[in-house]
Amino acid sequence: MTDASPFNQLLPVGSKGKLSGGWWGILALIVTEGSLFGYLLFAYFYLAAQTEQQWPPEGLPVLLMPAVNTAILLASSACVWISEHCIRRRQIYWSIAAMILAIALGICFVMIQLTEWDRKTYDMTSSLYGSLYFTITGFHLCHVIIGLVVLLLLLIWMALGYFDDRRYAAVTIGGVYWHFVDVVWLFVFTTLYIFPYL
Amino acid sequence: MAISDMTHNPPDDRLNRVPDFGRAPMGSGTEAHLAHIWESLPGWRGWFSTVDHKTIGLRYIVTAFIFLLMGGIEALIMRIQLAGSNHALLTPEQYSQLFTMHGVTMIFLYALPILSGFSNYLWPLLLGSRDMAFPRLNALSYWIFLFAGIFMYASFPLGQAPNAGWFNYVPFSGPIYNTGPNIDVFALGMVLLGISTTVGSVNFVVTLFRMRAPGMTINRVPILVWGTLTASVANLLAIPAVSLAFFLLWLDRQIGTHFFDVANGGKPLLWQHLFWIFGHPWVYAIVLPAMGIVSDALPTFCRRPLVGYAAMALATIATMLVGFEVWIHHMFATGLPTVALSIFGAASMVISIPSSVAVFAWIATIWLGKPVFKTPFLFFAGFVMLFVIGGLSGVMTAAVSLDWQLNETYFIVAHLHYVLIGINVFPVVGGIYYWFPKFTGRMMDEKMGKWSFWVMFIGFNIGFFPMHVAGLLGMPRRIYTYSSRMGWDTVNMIISIGSFIFAVGILIFLVNVALSLKRGARVGANPWDAATLEWSVSSPPPAYNFAAIPIIASRHPLWEDRLDEDTGRSSLTEGYLLTQGRETIGTSPIDAKPVTILKMPEDSSTPFFVGLFVSLMFVGLLLHWWNFAGIMAAAGCIALIIWMWPQKALAQRVPSAAHSHGEAHD
Repeated sequence: MTDASPFNQLLPVGSKGKLSGGWWGILALIVTEGSLFGYLLFAYFYLAAQTEQQWPPEGLPVLLMPAVNTAILLASSACVWISEHCIRRRQIYWSIAAMILAIALGICFVMIQLTEWDRKTYDMTSSLYGSLYFTITGFHLCHVIIGLVVLLLLLIWMALGYFDDRRYAAVTIGGVYWHFVDVVWLFVFTTLYIFPYL
Repeated sequence: MAISDMTHNPPDDRLNRVPDFGRAPMGSGTEAHLAHIWESLPGWRGWFSTVDHKTIGLRYIVTAFIFLLMGGIEALIMRIQLAGSNHALLTPEQYSQLFTMHGVTMIFLYALPILSGFSNYLWPLLLGSRDMAFPRLNALSYWIFLFAGIFMYASFPLGQAPNAGWFNYVPFSGPIYNTGPNIDVFALGMVLLGISTTVGSVNFVVTLFRMRAPGMTINRVPILVWGTLTASVANLLAIPAVSLAFFLLWLDRQIGTHFFDVANGGKPLLWQHLFWIFGHPWVYAIVLPAMGIVSDALPTFCRRPLVGYAAMALATIATMLVGFEVWIHHMFATGLPTVALSIFGAASMVISIPSSVAVFAWIATIWLGKPVFKTPFLFFAGFVMLFVIGGLSGVMTAAVSLDWQLNETYFIVAHLHYVLIGINVFPVVGGIYYWFPKFTGRMMDEKMGKWSFWVMFIGFNIGFFPMHVAGLLGMPRRIYTYSSRMGWDTVNMIISIGSFIFAVGILIFLVNVALSLKRGARVGANPWDAATLEWSVSSPPPAYNFAAIPIIASRHPLWEDRLDEDTGRSSLTEGYLLTQGRETIGTSPIDAKPVTILKMPEDSSTPFFVGLFVSLMFVGLLLHWWNFAGIMAAAGCIALIIWMWPQKALAQRVPSAAHSHGEAHD
C-alpha cells in the first residue's frame, strides 16, 4: 500500500491567500469579464471602421481631464496594492488608511467621469457614436462602482479586525478585481480618446 | 512567507494542521460523523438550501430533460404541419414561434445544461473530491438556469414567444420589424442564462485545477473531465459575446441606441459576428463533454482502456482551439470577401482532423476490445456512426461553393440534427443507462433498453436522413408549408413518420426509467466492473462521497490489478479523513500534490435568493418596471454580501484569540 509519510505534512486550513478557491475564481471571472470588454471594443472598431459619420461627433476629444482621471484611477490601484502589502507586514492601520485613500480616489474617478458625461452634447440615442461611447464607458463605470462596493466591504472587514497577516485572502481577491477594472480602463481610454488621433 | 508566519504567530490548528490519514469503513464512528457533517437537512429547508453537487447534478439532468421533451413536442407539432403540402394546422406566426422555441430550448435549455448535470454529478466522484470548488455557486448556477428557462417560456402561452429563429438575426429581430415583446423576452432571458453558464463554467475550471485527489496528475483525469474543462474555458471566452449582442439588441429595441440600426450607421453583420463568435465555440461546448461521456464509458463495455488517451485529450482541446476560428462559416452567404471565406472554410475543414482522431480512437477501442453488447454500448456505438455522418455533411458545408447551394435548406437542418442528436442525445441517453445504477442504486431494464435504442436509432435515421434529400431538392428551412407542386410531399411524409418513431423510442426510454426507479434490480458499488473512481463508492454515493480521500496512482484506479501498468497501486480505502467540519483536500494544478485543506461551506439558501432577485430584476427590465428592477438589484447585492461575508468556520477570517482546541474526531 501507499507509504503514508509523504502525506504527513503540515497544510494550511481554509482560505489562505492564493491557495484559496476564491483567488482562482476571481481569475476566471477576470478572464470572462476581460472578454466582455474585448467584444465591446471589437464592436467599436468594427463600427468605426465602416462609419461615414463624423467620428466622434464633437471632433477630436479633449484629453486633459480624462488623462488626469486615468492617473487618479491608477493611483487608486497603487493604494490598494499598498493596503494589501501593509496587512502582510502586520501594519493594519496603514492598511486601512491606504484603503480609505483608494476608495476616495475611486469616488473622484466616478465624479469626474459623470461630469465628462454631462459635458457631452449628445446622448446614447442621438448617434451611433453616442450609443458606443455611453455603453462602453457605462459598462466600465458599473464595474468601477461594483469595485468600490467591494473595496468598501474590505475596509469594513479590516476595521472589524477580520484580517491579519495569516488570513487576508479577501483583500487579495478584491484587490486584483480592482486592478483589473483599472487595467480595462487603460484599454477603454486608449480606444475612445487616443485612437481618434491616430 | 510560511516560515515568518510560524515565527510571528503561535501554531494554531485552526489555521495549519497535519490532516488525519487513515481508514473509515462503512459503519465506523468516523464514517458516521462524516455523514452527519455532509448530509443536508430533511424537508423543504434542505431542499432549498442544499449545495450537494449530486443533488444539483440530478436537478440539472431532470430539468434539462424536461426541456428536451418540450422541445421535442414542439418539433412533433411542426412535423404534423409539414407531413403533407398545404396543411393549415399552424399559422405562419405560430410556426415561427414554434421553430424558434424548439431551437432555443434544444440548444440553450437542454444541450449544455444536461451535460452540466452529468459533470456536476460526476466530477467530484471522478476526481476523488468531496464537492465542487464552489458548492454555493453551483446551486446559484442551477437556480438561474431554471429561472431563465421559465423566463424564456413565460411569453409562450400568450402567443408572444421569440419568433426570429434561435440565432435571431437583425434587422428582422430589431424594433422596426418585430414590435411585440417576443424578442425582448429572448434577449433578456439569454443574458440571464449567460450568468448561469458563466458561473457554472468558473466552477468547473477551478474544480479541475484545485480539487483532484492526490496523485491524480493532469494526465490521469478522465476524458469527460477534459471535455467539460475545454467547454467551460471556451464558455468563459465566448458567452460574453452573445450576452453582449443580446444586451445591445435590447438597448436598440427599448432605449433607442443604434448598434444594429441601418438607417443610422449601425451594422446588422455586427450581430452575426458577435452571435457566431459565441455560436461556434458553443457548438463544441455542447458536444465535447458528450464525447467525453463516450470516451469514459465505452471502454467499460470493450473491457479495455481507451485507445489513445493523450491523443483524445489533445484532440478535444484542438477542436476547441480551431473552433474559435470558424465562426464565419455560418456567414458564407453574407457577401464577405473571398479571402475571409477561404480562410474560414479551410479552418472548418481542419476540424475534421481532431474529430477523426477521436473517431478512430473509439473504433480502435471497440476493435481491440471484447465488446459486451449492453444497452449503453449500443448507444455509444450508434453515436460513433451518427458522428461520422454528421461530420461528413459538415465537411461538405465547409466548402464555400457547396455551402452556397445548401445554405438555408433542409440539408443544413439534417446536418445539425445529426451532429446534435447524434453527438449529444445518444451519448446522454447512453450515459443515463450507464450511470443510472450510480444515481439510484438500481439497474435499468436491459430488454426495454435494447428496444429503446433500436427504435430511437431507426426512427432517427428515417426521420433525419431524408432531410438531406429534401435539402438537395431545394426545400428551404423554416417554411411553414409548401405547395404540392414542389415534389416534396413524399420525403416530408417519411421524415414525419421517422420523427414519431424516434419519439416512441424516447417514450420507451422514459417508461424504462420510471419502472426501473421502482423495480430495478439493486446493485452494488460497481455493477459494470468499470475502471474509474465513481464506481469505488456505494450506489448511490454517500453525501460525503469518499470517507477517505483516495490516493491515485493510475488512470484506471479500479483496473490496476488486471492491467498491471507498472504505475503502482492507488489507495482507495486509506487516505485523508478530514473530519473537522466540511473539508476536502486542495491539490496543485498539474501534479496534484496536496497543498491545502479546503474548508467547504455549509448548506445555504442565499444562492436561491440571489438567483431569485436577479431573475426578478430581469422581469422588471422586461416590463419597464425600473424601480422594481432597481430594488431587486439591491436585494441581490445584499444577498451576495451576506453570502460573501468572511466566516471563521471557513478560515476566511483570523480565528478569535482564545484558542479552543479543534474537536479532533476519531
